[in-house]
Amino acid sequence: MTAAVDTIRDTPFVVGGRTFHSRLMVGTGKYRDNEIMARAIEASGAEVVTVAVRRVDLDRSKETGILHHLDPSRFFLLANTAGCFTADDAVRYARLAREAGFNEFVKLEVIGDQETLLPDVQGLLDAARTLVKDGFKVLAYSNEDLVTALRLEDAGCAAVMPLASPIGSGLGLLNPYGIRTIKRRLSVPVVVDAGVGTASDACVTMEQGVDGILMNTALAAARDPVGMAHAMRLAVEAGRTAYLAGRMPKHEVAVPSSPLEGMLD
Amino acid sequence: MTDSIDVMVNGEQRRVARGATLLELLRSLELDPRVVVVEHNRAIVRRPRLGDVTVAPGDAIELVHFVGGG
Repeated sequence: MTAAVDTIRDTPFVVGGRTFHSRLMVGTGKYRDNEIMARAIEASGAEVVTVAVRRVDLDRSKETGILHHLDPSRFFLLANTAGCFTADDAVRYARLAREAGFNEFVKLEVIGDQETLLPDVQGLLDAARTLVKDGFKVLAYSNEDLVTALRLEDAGCAAVMPLASPIGSGLGLLNPYGIRTIKRRLSVPVVVDAGVGTASDACVTMEQGVDGILMNTALAAARDPVGMAHAMRLAVEAGRTAYLAGRMPKHEVAVPSSPLEGMLD
Repeated sequence: MTDSIDVMVNGEQRRVARGATLLELLRSLELDPRVVVVEHNRAIVRRPRLGDVTVAPGDAIELVHFVGGG
């Protein structure tokens, strides 16, 4: 951390009563191999790391368990309900995840459409209410719709996670206005989840004032995941710092930077 | 009356000893109970109870763990 950044005092990043030191959260899916994954996560500086719940491979043709490659004492494991298309399934997966014994946080996904992986808003709200009642800290993956975000907050979610663009698309931040509006209106943290493709996307997203970003494919599918993870770490810090510093106003015409006085005849 | 019964484990039919507990089932599959979560007929069975619950013919058992995901 440089002295210049130190001069800008940031507020702590608190989700569900827990303070995290990095505003960048990363996934663990789709890496070429686990060694690269571990190095990329290290380079990202992330503390929150997402995992999925799946059946154990009984014939042991491959070792898929992530805990062989990720030290659960060093990272905060955030289980997701990825792949769930109904509220009931998502609740079932969340309960299984909690039973693994790490924490009561869950990244809730209830998907409504196979092609776009956009959330099923009704199922999402139903599952969120059930899980909150059951003692979970729910981080809800949502679209960038304000009313949905407000309902999720009302349901007791610990954070709302609107998408930048569809999961795995790498299309970047498609609706900055929607994201800013959600951030402005919600009291709970807003963590943009999905769609960030490269460092500039992460930077622009953080400049909207959101509390954090969760990404997976942008790292896993980069030519050099470790290099991209480093870039994302810097971009998230840059975007956050720029947001706190406050950008200059935009003008439709040029405004000279040098004095108009003192010009030669 | 045979000495073994058929149960469904992760969607596959498996033959286990009659009267086997869930803990014994995990052992027979060489799975570490500390890294596997067990669901027995749709109900989660906590680790301390795995040795108390016996399986019956036709039971549906799911053994899950954490894998890479976003």
